[in-house]
Amino acid sequence: MANPENLKYTKEHEWVLLEGDVATVGITQYAADALGEIVYVDLPKPGSSTSYMKICGEIESTKSVGELYAPMDGEVVEANSALGNSPEAINQDPYGAGWLIKIKYTQLPELLTAAEYAALTGE
Amino acid sequence: MLTTPLNDEHVSLGATFTDFGGWNMPVRYGSDLDEHHAVRKSAGLFDISHMGELRVVGAEATKFLDSILVSDISKLSIGQAKYTMICAKDAGIIDDLIVYKMDTEDYLVVANASNRHAVLIAMQDMADYGFKIDIFDETEDWALVAIQGPKAKDILAKLVDIDLSELKYYSIAKANLGAVPVLLARTGYTGEDGFEIFIPVLESVSIWRQLLAAGGEDLLPCGLAARDTLRLEAGMPLYGHELNRTLTPFEANLGRIVAFDKGEFNSKTELLKVSNQKLEVKLFGLKGEGKRAARADYEIFLPGGEASIGKVTSGVLSPTLGYPIAMAYLKAYLDLTPGSKLEADVRGTRVPYEIVKLPFYKAER
Repeated sequence: MANPENLKYTKEHEWVLLEGDVATVGITQYAADALGEIVYVDLPKPGSSTSYMKICGEIESTKSVGELYAPMDGEVVEANSALGNSPEAINQDPYGAGWLIKIKYTQLPELLTAAEYAALTGE
Repeated sequence: MLTTPLNDEHVSLGATFTDFGGWNMPVRYGSDLDEHHAVRKSAGLFDISHMGELRVVGAEATKFLDSILVSDISKLSIGQAKYTMICAKDAGIIDDLIVYKMDTEDYLVVANASNRHAVLIAMQDMADYGFKIDIFDETEDWALVAIQGPKAKDILAKLVDIDLSELKYYSIAKANLGAVPVLLARTGYTGEDGFEIFIPVLESVSIWRQLLAAGGEDLLPCGLAARDTLRLEAGMPLYGHELNRTLTPFEANLGRIVAFDKGEFNSKTELLKVSNQKLEVKLFGLKGEGKRAARADYEIFLPGGEASIGKVTSGVLSPTLGYPIAMAYLKAYLDLTPGSKLEADVRGTRVPYEIVKLPFYKAER
């Protein structure tokens, strides 16, 4: 499965789309596949602040629970509320309808390119 | 790790695998929720060849099984199946089993994969008292597949030479599937109508394919993930979760399967003692609010309570019901009844739960 070239990635299997000072964040196809079928997501509320690599949410599948690590410092400006009723979007379209949160970031850490992330997952 | 005779089939169907009881087993082929729903609404096909098949035959087979199992085996008629347990002398559960009476002194005992050797050892120890029997471990001679769901009967009927309406729930019969002699049991672990088919290993790939072809769009291959959520909704215990060596059938609400009136058996003295005592813990069904499921080992509390009153043994967001369900061992002296309010600690957050009657889900028959 190809990781979109226009996105940046983290070692915690998240993708980041940078647009101005807002980053859209989701989990990669690799992470979604590893979790299995996602049945519930617990996302941070808009207005809450995020700290780099601090847990800010949970992604729960039928079999396991995965934690969402904030990929950067900032403030959550939007959470994907559609996932409340259709968390399966994360499995079906992790880079599109399955996005998780938008963060207005204050500082950008170093992120991985698609090629670097692919190397990390051994693909 | 052991592999089932159908392993290559699972690989070619794109399954993901897990180690279960020492066997490499398919967890899911695609979506385990789709597989779950297929069994509730249509039909699913499971490879459960990891289950242990132990054959007990000989002049004293009935007497032998009555001396080591908790149920009254002498009451079974040929072709009848019975859910039972093998307990140790101290009353602890060694395994839960299904015993099929194949002939007058011929029984097929199906054990959990992880307990197969423990059951064999317990049986051998008892056999050493001089029973006229033989015990054969036939686990690797049989492939075992389960076809489960409201459409299972119609799909299977296309392939077998017996009238499936004559095969009652919890019974077994010999049949030909195509040209292959198989054993057909109307048993399962999903809460739906269905069949378990014992197939000679060499014929198993062909029969697996025939079943999938006969089922077409109505039949989905299903993995252990769906098997687990299905059995949990049906309130069925899983050894290692709801049952273990330190519990007796009474804590598990399965005291009814113990036949004290059948004469002596290995665990009778201790089981009688337990049945006359107040239990420390008892198994309950719980229903949660919202979507966050309390999973195995999560602690349960009275509302606002500080001391744990027990632990979840299995828990999941029920795919059929849409709310979290769990089974848990809770302090028996609390006299909890359906409707009693509780809380589960779900990773640091208290989530409201309440006691409900088991099973959580019952199929319309």
